[in-house]
Amino acid sequence: MSTTDYAKARETTEGKVFTVTGGDWDEVVKGHDPLTDERIVVNMGPQHPSTHGVLRLILELEGETVTEARAVVGYLHTGIEKNLEYRNWTQGTTFVTRMDYLSPIFNETAYCLAVEKLLGVEVPDRATTIRVLMMELNRISSHLVWIATTAMELGAINMMLYGFREREHILDIFEAASGLRMNMAYIRPGGLAQDLPETAVRMTRDFLKLLPKKLVEYERLLSGNTIWQERTQSVAYLNIPGCLSLGITGPVLRSAGLAWDLRKTQPYCGYEDYDFDVATAETGDVWGRYLVRMEEMRQSMRIVEQALDRLEPGPIMVEDKKIAWPAQLAIGADGLGNSLEHVAKIMGTSMESLIHHFKLVTEGFRVPAGQVYVPIEAPRGELGAHVVSDGGTRPYRVHYREPSFINLQAIPAMAEGGLIADVIAGGASLDPVMGGCDR
Amino acid sequence: MTTPGNVPVSQPPEGAHAGAPAEYPPASPAGRGAFGVQGSGDTTGFGGLVRRRTVILDSPKPYGGYFDEVTDALEEAYPAFKDAIEKVVVDRGELTLHIKPERIREVCQVMRDDEALRFELCSSVSGVDYLGDARRLHVTYHLTSLTFRRRVRLEVAVGVEDPHVPSVTSVYPTADWQERETYDMFGVVFDGHPGLTRILMPDDWEGHPQRKDYPLGGVPVEYKGAEIPPPNERRSYQ
Repeated sequence: MSTTDYAKARETTEGKVFTVTGGDWDEVVKGHDPLTDERIVVNMGPQHPSTHGVLRLILELEGETVTEARAVVGYLHTGIEKNLEYRNWTQGTTFVTRMDYLSPIFNETAYCLAVEKLLGVEVPDRATTIRVLMMELNRISSHLVWIATTAMELGAINMMLYGFREREHILDIFEAASGLRMNMAYIRPGGLAQDLPETAVRMTRDFLKLLPKKLVEYERLLSGNTIWQERTQSVAYLNIPGCLSLGITGPVLRSAGLAWDLRKTQPYCGYEDYDFDVATAETGDVWGRYLVRMEEMRQSMRIVEQALDRLEPGPIMVEDKKIAWPAQLAIGADGLGNSLEHVAKIMGTSMESLIHHFKLVTEGFRVPAGQVYVPIEAPRGELGAHVVSDGGTRPYRVHYREPSFINLQAIPAMAEGGLIADVIAGGASLDPVMGGCDR
Repeated sequence: MTTPGNVPVSQPPEGAHAGAPAEYPPASPAGRGAFGVQGSGDTTGFGGLVRRRTVILDSPKPYGGYFDEVTDALEEAYPAFKDAIEKVVVDRGELTLHIKPERIREVCQVMRDDEALRFELCSSVSGVDYLGDARRLHVTYHLTSLTFRRRVRLEVAVGVEDPHVPSVTSVYPTADWQERETYDMFGVVFDGHPGLTRILMPDDWEGHPQRKDYPLGGVPVEYKGAEIPPPNERRSYQ
């Protein structure tokens, strides 16, 4: 490839436009006279390793200072909300779990709590406890990815490996519980897809012993590190009024000093009975968000431990056989199809349950007409499910108030007036997940 | 068609919508029949079923909980309350105020600034399309008060011919992208928005995908010789 393939320049009415493909800054600089014109518009993304998926930023620069920043989203729009309107209520879980792929349990829980509120059913205690357990494990895994990717973007590649390494343990627990590592569709309207096996409990207890040591290691690696401090302290500052007017919730709001955590302020899933603290910081910068997220992982471990102690044997699905699938499926010895005992049971003694099962799977249950909004505290902030039913077997409308989508509006407020390098730190500190943002 | 043992078997279902009737409704909200299927010679009588729309009723006072305090405080702080509020609905422990579209910005301003209301955070702005109603496009605003730990839903309804709603971005800057999304998905025009453009769909997209009369689209999939129709053409249980 000759050098002319890099940074092709062409004249437009707006000025000279360069197509930059990497390793070609000499070409760009050569074609640009900094003495007469310092203004340069850089298009960053949508494919860029440090924009967390397909986020596109358009930055107007004066030298290295960002004068204007605009975020462009929508590259990962998959029409999940529209698709939900063509599937029955139970199938909805399978869709919403794919929105924010780093916190699938939260998407499922928000959706299921909303459907249950519309139905007016109470899920059994064991199901709620397992939901809390899974949510907090998911919060840890999401924050681990945050610390891993953010540290990598600021130059600490080893942290990326460590973060993903520890997250792997949580994904293994998810796999033991649901059969899947991500996008589990584990939480269903009315309860859970299946019970938590003993192996998953054991793995969780082992993980609780492992993680505190690892968190200390991360802090020893990062907290005292001059580069990490310089790149995060006083960077991407946003105070409480700024957060609230832009709708920013979650760790970013708490890093500015407001202890607003829906688990405490508007509890759901019995969070009022758990003993934990809301992590806050005073700095309102990336450093504060780092401190908040590290502390949140520790608090989540406390909740997980309490949830494990509370696990009592019991049902994991509502009693109502019009909602819960009546036939208790059991997989055959070869791992394929139904077990012979189960087939014998439904064919021999329990034909009705087979009929009901068929009706529930093909048609689904009906949900009384109405609308609800259920907010929960996801790793990125308030995740709200606005669910509307017209009384049918399918959702009439589901809208997700996605914290990634709302929080990305803060990019101009954080980036403008700062250095271009701090755009990366500021954007990363919002922890955007584009699957959730674009849905 | 015969097998080696000379046992006659039927033709395999070739490209057939196996067992399903010939015609499908255009989209989910057909509202008629048990399965939304027409023209299949249905003799069960279920084909004549018509689904009635739910009617939203005004809730009687007292509303219970903090709902009375919120409505009373709004009535006191906002002189045009009687004119602006069309309905007050309490359902499933949630308060919904149905508001005249042209008043929404003023109501939001009062809701945010009044000492007794203090809804500092606008959690969510989104739309719902109630196809069949005269004013079918609804915009819902979910407001949160951090001071009092309260939530309230504001709802406005406009028709498709004149889908104009004042923008609340001057009160709640967070509504910026959410109004853009509602415009993108439902075609509601927010007057006074600083830059109302599409946000999730491409800029040159035609139509507003979340409207109920916008088809889902999709292609049939072949599975074990049978053809599975796309989701919007499968039978829908009404």
